[in-house]
Amino acid sequence: MRDAFYISAAVAFVSTLMVIIQKKVVHALLYLIISLLSVAVIFFTLGAPFAAALEVIIYAGAIMVLFVFVVMMLNLGAEAARQEKSWMSPRMWIGPSVLAAILLADMLVLLARGPAFISGGNVVGPKHVGMALFGPYLAGVELASMLLLAGLAGAYHLGRRLKKEELAERETRR
Amino acid sequence: MLELLWLIPAMPFAGFLVLATAGKKLSRTGAAVIGAGSAGVSALISLIVAFSFISSPPAGNSYSQVLWEWVNTGGLSLSISFYLDALSVIMVLVVSVVGFLIHLYSTGFMARDDGYSRFFSYMNLFVGSMLTLVLAGNLLLLFLGWEGVGLCSYLLIGFWYRETQNGYAALKAFIVTRIGDTAMAIGLFLLFYNLGTLDIQQAMGLAKANWPVGSGIAIAAAALLLGGALGKSAQLPLQTWLPDAMAGPTPVSALIHAATMVTAGVYLIARTHVLFTLAPPVQSAVAIIGAATLLVAGFSALAQHDIKRVLAYSTISQIGYMFLALGVGAWSAAIFHFMTHAFFKALLFLGAGVVIQGLNEEHDMFRMGGLRKEMPATFWSFLIGAASLSALPLVTAGFYSKDLVLWDVWSSRTGGNWLWAAGLLGALLTSIYSFRMVFLTFYGEKKTPVTRTPGPVMLIPVIALAALSAVGGFVEIPGTMGNVPLFSGFLETALPKMVFSGVPESELISQIIAAILSVGGIYVAYFFWLALPEYARDFTKHPAGSALHRFLFSGWGFDWLYARLFVRPYVWAARVNKRDVIDLFYSGIALINRLSHYALSATQTGKVRWYVMVLGFGAFITITIVVFT
Amino acid sequence: MIFSVPMEEGLVLAWVLFVTGLVGVIVRRDIIFILMSIEIMLNAAGLAFVIAGARWAQPDGQVMFIFIMAMAAAEVSVGLALVLQLYYRRKTLDVDSASGMKG
Repeated sequence: MRDAFYISAAVAFVSTLMVIIQKKVVHALLYLIISLLSVAVIFFTLGAPFAAALEVIIYAGAIMVLFVFVVMMLNLGAEAARQEKSWMSPRMWIGPSVLAAILLADMLVLLARGPAFISGGNVVGPKHVGMALFGPYLAGVELASMLLLAGLAGAYHLGRRLKKEELAERETRR
Repeated sequence: MLELLWLIPAMPFAGFLVLATAGKKLSRTGAAVIGAGSAGVSALISLIVAFSFISSPPAGNSYSQVLWEWVNTGGLSLSISFYLDALSVIMVLVVSVVGFLIHLYSTGFMARDDGYSRFFSYMNLFVGSMLTLVLAGNLLLLFLGWEGVGLCSYLLIGFWYRETQNGYAALKAFIVTRIGDTAMAIGLFLLFYNLGTLDIQQAMGLAKANWPVGSGIAIAAAALLLGGALGKSAQLPLQTWLPDAMAGPTPVSALIHAATMVTAGVYLIARTHVLFTLAPPVQSAVAIIGAATLLVAGFSALAQHDIKRVLAYSTISQIGYMFLALGVGAWSAAIFHFMTHAFFKALLFLGAGVVIQGLNEEHDMFRMGGLRKEMPATFWSFLIGAASLSALPLVTAGFYSKDLVLWDVWSSRTGGNWLWAAGLLGALLTSIYSFRMVFLTFYGEKKTPVTRTPGPVMLIPVIALAALSAVGGFVEIPGTMGNVPLFSGFLETALPKMVFSGVPESELISQIIAAILSVGGIYVAYFFWLALPEYARDFTKHPAGSALHRFLFSGWGFDWLYARLFVRPYVWAARVNKRDVIDLFYSGIALINRLSHYALSATQTGKVRWYVMVLGFGAFITITIVVFT
Repeated sequence: MIFSVPMEEGLVLAWVLFVTGLVGVIVRRDIIFILMSIEIMLNAAGLAFVIAGARWAQPDGQVMFIFIMAMAAAEVSVGLALVLQLYYRRKTLDVDSASGMKG
């Protein structure tokens, strides 16, 4: 099973490195998603399927979607459209695809060998995690909910687009 | 009805709070109603309380009201408590009634002033503090009121703060009285250290029981308290602030610098008379200082041009009489003179205020004149005040009080011929300068046109005070005229009787001489400043005369002397010590702080990436330390 | 068979990912890259937790990972709002341009 771990670790390392050396944000985002997926596979091999699922759903899913939204909001107009076209060139998506393919192969092999073999009997499933969360860690859950609420309110307040004059007034006040 | 006592000082304080917090939102009428109204209610309550006190005296002829515990620590236990006896009844009555009349007058006098509500808030604070002072049951509360009135005096002298000169006058008053207050504070420490209490009655009882007459500790305590009284009452050698204090608005001069605050020293000595009786040398010093002050100030008043400065020197001089009386143990005579003085001096100041305002802020008496016809009501009131000040026989309040003082000084065991003679000379001077003022202001030819005549709110207090100045003396009819000592009889419940020398001098002789001097002084004033003004003019042209005039004009050169004796050496020492070794140490600390500020602010580049790097480096070091140790 | 968790290798991987993210934060000037690098760092920290949890077959590691993820979500929402504001005001994503608080 170590092989699967090493393969996905290598994929994680490469893709993460690619994230920080990209020129374009969108390309970096693609590599970041691969990086997160590979970490999800690692979780899977470590016998933490719930964490792996969350990694894919929330990290690679929701949070990355946020990034994509913001990137899209920052690039508007005809030039942005032309830029978008250049991003779609094969040279740009071939790297992530290869890495994703490796991960897929890794995953398929793992699944083919069967679940019992994967974890070696050390699986800590969602049930255990849930019992821990709503047992000894209940206060932490409540705190996390407060944090998320604060993040929601903060993002709503900071993210609104000010009117021109309002903006000018704030700039001069500085 | 005595339970209402606490309301007497509480009303003006409440007025002050309202005016200080909401003064800007109030209309002028609102500020006047609150300002004068709170003083009026306070006066009304004090009348009720005084009536109830006199008609049915409480047990022991004193009433004590404890409001709450103020301090209780390390053997010092103080409460906010008020103590009412005959002495404080008189003081409270005078302060609140005269205070109310002056408030009423101020509503007209200050009508066109910008700081209307500010003025009334200070005035209310003053009245509240003054009432606290005279009602205080312990010396620390008395000191609180004492400092409160000092603060108000400062604020009100500098009321027109846009003139730099007024600010300096206010500072001078504050600093000079502070010298006395420091002595007084040390005196309070001394009393507490030796007697273990600051409650006035307890402390006096303990002092009487434990200290023999003439013991060093009693002398030290009395001398230190005297220091405070000298500063507050502008007696030699701390009298220099009062003439300059005339920079404040005229009602302030009337209330604070004539009728009430400056007599706080008299009250303090009367209140702690036990101490002074235990310290005969200090008491003699009180008498001598009083006599010297009344002469020095009386002569200075002769040479002044500014009508308010004449009145200021006159106030110093009249308080000198009170000190003289206190010094010979004539306690009730001093308080009697305090009361009549409050009436006629407030009246004179208010009259002077009317004149000054009528002549468009003209202070110089030599540019006034002929106002008799223009301002008849003011003239007659002012005349009554001046007559009372010069102790014109039989018809004025001043006559009865001053005669009582003079007679007591002459006949007291600790008094004598010299002090009496000084008092008589002072009486002559008093009537000369008072009528000099009257003749220059109201007689002769008109020199400045009248631009403003007073309204009824200003005239009513003036007339009321004139009435009090005329009849206020009848509460004490001397032995030669029927002997009805109502006033001193009332005060005897709080203050001891004077000890007579036993030599049978005749009271009548004293009265006749004083009466002759008073009338003679009026004639002298008439002669020099109305009938033959050339004489006075020629006198000041003569070199010796002009030097004398300048000497007296400057108030015997005390300011000059103090400037050379204290101010300049101090300034010199301050300049020399500006950069000494100790300073080097402190500026070194400042330098280190400044340098480290520069160093640290250089790290604040505003670049997030730089911060992250430093943060990471710091984390690295921390982890290294944790791992390898 | 007893499958042993690759503890040492896993921690090395977490370290490598974390440092990669840190380097990204330090060298990149584009604020979106900085945010992404921060995500990498948080993810690496979560990985370390999950590895430790798996080593002793306890759920605590995954619980901590969930907390980290919640925090990352809150952080990224506020962070991206700040990105928008920076862009509206300065028309740039260069984080060094927002240095008005320098000492």
